[in-house]
Amino acid sequence: MNIYALVKRTFDTEEKIVVKNGAIQEDGAEFIINPYDEYAVEEAIQVRDEHGGEVTVLSLGGEDAEKQLRTALAMGADKAVLINTEDDLEEMDEFSAAKIISEYLKDKDADLIIAGNVAIDGGSGQVGPRVAELLGINYVTTITDLKIDGTSATLVRDVEGDSETIETSLPLLVTAQQGLNEPRYPSLPGIMKAKKKPLEELELDDLDLDEDDVEAKTKTIDIFMPPEKAAGRVLEGDISDQVSELVNLLNKEAKVI
Amino acid sequence: MSKNVLVLGEAREGELRNVSFETIAAAKTISEGGTVTAVLLGDSVENLAQEMVQYGADRVVTVEHPHLKQYTSDAYSQAFMAVYEQEKPDAIVLGHTAMGKDLSPKLASKLSSGLISDVTKIEGEGDAAEFIRPIYSGKAFEKVQSKGGLLFITIRPNNIEPLAKDESRSGDVSSLTVDITNLRSVIANVVRKSTEGVDLSEAKVIIAGGRGVKSEDGFKPLEELAHLLGGAVGASRGACDADYCDYSLQIGQTGKVVTPDLYIAVGISGAIQHMAGMSNSKVIVAINKDPEANIFKVADYGIVGDLFEVVPMMIEEVKKLKGSPAV
Repeated sequence: MNIYALVKRTFDTEEKIVVKNGAIQEDGAEFIINPYDEYAVEEAIQVRDEHGGEVTVLSLGGEDAEKQLRTALAMGADKAVLINTEDDLEEMDEFSAAKIISEYLKDKDADLIIAGNVAIDGGSGQVGPRVAELLGINYVTTITDLKIDGTSATLVRDVEGDSETIETSLPLLVTAQQGLNEPRYPSLPGIMKAKKKPLEELELDDLDLDEDDVEAKTKTIDIFMPPEKAAGRVLEGDISDQVSELVNLLNKEAKVI
Repeated sequence: MSKNVLVLGEAREGELRNVSFETIAAAKTISEGGTVTAVLLGDSVENLAQEMVQYGADRVVTVEHPHLKQYTSDAYSQAFMAVYEQEKPDAIVLGHTAMGKDLSPKLASKLSSGLISDVTKIEGEGDAAEFIRPIYSGKAFEKVQSKGGLLFITIRPNNIEPLAKDESRSGDVSSLTVDITNLRSVIANVVRKSTEGVDLSEAKVIIAGGRGVKSEDGFKPLEELAHLLGGAVGASRGACDADYCDYSLQIGQTGKVVTPDLYIAVGISGAIQHMAGMSNSKVIVAINKDPEANIFKVADYGIVGDLFEVVPMMIEEVKKLKGSPAV
């Protein structure tokens, strides 16, 4: 099986966000593999271990993303590809990202492409399905289970709390939902081995793409913090008095029950 | 310039979801006097058309087909694209629901268009419209504009106010016949596990439990309270990791991001990653025995106390309020 996992470098979920002059401040922040993409890498490795083949992890971004690709290699992926757009593109949107990724994948004959269902930074969840559509292959989003038998695939997807069992066939793109698996931590030997695994770096030129081909269709014009919440009220007195006061406040003051 | 806007209504178990009416309101803002056309897809949806008109749609186009009974991206994209080709709209609005999230990137890709997902607010009208959406799960927001061409957005349920229902409104309802072929996915089975059909993303009231709830059984009083208030039960990552409940209930930066009218956090300490998923709720109540818990910083009302004492008392108080006899 020829398996690809799509990986994005994102802020650590424990990081506080600081906005300055309409931009997110990245100085000193910790970066990780987007948590949903970590499920994707883990699933790719498990599928390979069961069915054979090779796992390639693919990331789009700047040189810094090499670190997250090395982590994925240390988890057990076989090789990595970084499409470096740092020098070519000032702004990108999901249209641009999907176009670049699909241009790379179009002649790779992937049997299975696994992505996270959403990146915790931008949060649009578009790139996976867009890539599948551009490649002309089927996709199933927010999966919590994947079984492959020959070229058939049976998946369970989370649909707002309901579970749908889907039957389809390869080639296929899936996006990972929480609960799909428990991503492994890279082992020390894994980290050592990862240093020697191939990591290929490409630019738009190598994909025969011009900046115009991938020009963003949307533009971010401002980034700002949510309004600060005024301090709330901690109620006092006997617990039973507090509870009746609370229910009364929710009913009369806040008017939400 | 006025725009013609296409919105997609979404039904569940034969009834239109509220987000359908919210898409009409969003479309009105974008259209600046143009026509808002609602699309309804399903095996039997014509009976729902009038309600879309009552909530402000100028026209309705229905596509009925046995393959549209359940959502699949192949069937729905074929039907929607047929309507698109007939209507050639300037803009499209879908709900950012499970279906909208799955379908919209496919449509945007087919249309080679941008897509502004998960919009919570629209500023300005028509061509000048700017779209606000949460990033970093609501830790920050961005304002986005289309650079031209087809405008395509999805809106987060529960954030854009629907227009008032007007039963005297009338509008043209037409149907389109579409050939639906080459379906690559088959839905073999659906297991419903959402509480009483109230979905987390659309719930007006959410009662969420954390590690403090201590067990699967500990969630039972929360479920009862949610039921009384017509809401849904959610959970923190801690509670899911400890196996007290299913991951589908998880609220947070990994998990669902929710904005109900009332969010009651029970035994949740308030880790950054959880707060990202709920801090934009309209009213937040925290119940925790640790007065230093982070969750009190975002709470509008807080009770420092033992949840196993507080929640049952709340159930009784709410019953009194609702006028039903205490058990």
